[in-house]
Amino acid sequence: MTDETKAPSERPERPAGDGPREFRPSGDRPRFGGGGRSGPGGSPREGGRKFFRRKKVCKFCTEKIADINYKDYRLLGQFVAESGKIVPRRLTGVCSPHQHRLASAIKQARNIALLPFAGRAS
Amino acid sequence: MNRTYELMFIVRPDMADEDLDKLVSHLETTVTSAAGSVKSVDRMGKRRLAYTVRKFREGIYILMTIEGTGTVIHELERRLRVTEQVIKFLTVRIDEEQKRLDKIKKLRDAKKKVSAQPAAVAEEAPAAPAAETPATA
Repeated sequence: MTDETKAPSERPERPAGDGPREFRPSGDRPRFGGGGRSGPGGSPREGGRKFFRRKKVCKFCTEKIADINYKDYRLLGQFVAESGKIVPRRLTGVCSPHQHRLASAIKQARNIALLPFAGRAS
Repeated sequence: MNRTYELMFIVRPDMADEDLDKLVSHLETTVTSAAGSVKSVDRMGKRRLAYTVRKFREGIYILMTIEGTGTVIHELERRLRVTEQVIKFLTVRIDEEQKRLDKIKKLRDAKKKVSAQPAAVAEEAPAAPAAETPATA
């Protein structure tokens, strides 16, 4: 997976992030945290602002997941925020056709109580 | 016009196995009497619900694949709504999605074959000139 290459730079940032969500799609972190944080996360700043933004890629394209199904709540759970919201694709990097399928699958899963409408699955 | 549907429903967690068997067979007869057919019944077991439904925090999930017309589904859904033990259900039409998936699979297989063939040709190609050179020398 693509995780290996970016793991070292990514890891220190995580604990400071918004919670213990281990299965968040990789792409969204720098966007959130890269800005004001001067922690050990990114590269040391040298002469001004230096953003390190990885190119986000669609998980479903790279892993060739053709079938986005409402029954696969573990997969869908990766694209649902803590609050139960569907994570926008500008954060996850999912391409537009896949986001479409993803959204409808999440909504179906919500209807059959596999995913919560709001809040954490209890 | 026959279509394939997937019916997922949740029954209350305190339901006995025999009752569940009865319910499922009842639903099956409903389908067959409306000129449909049940392709598979899958009991997915007890699972915690993501939110409370009729004051239940967990439920027994059952998945059925059904082939038939819309009237079959109409009747089936009416029956499910009436049945007290069923706390939630969801019917999804899956034949078109399946068609799309098959198409993708076919495309991928075809691509694989194409990529496999040039590799085989490439292997032969270097061998041929190598055999020729001694003859010309």
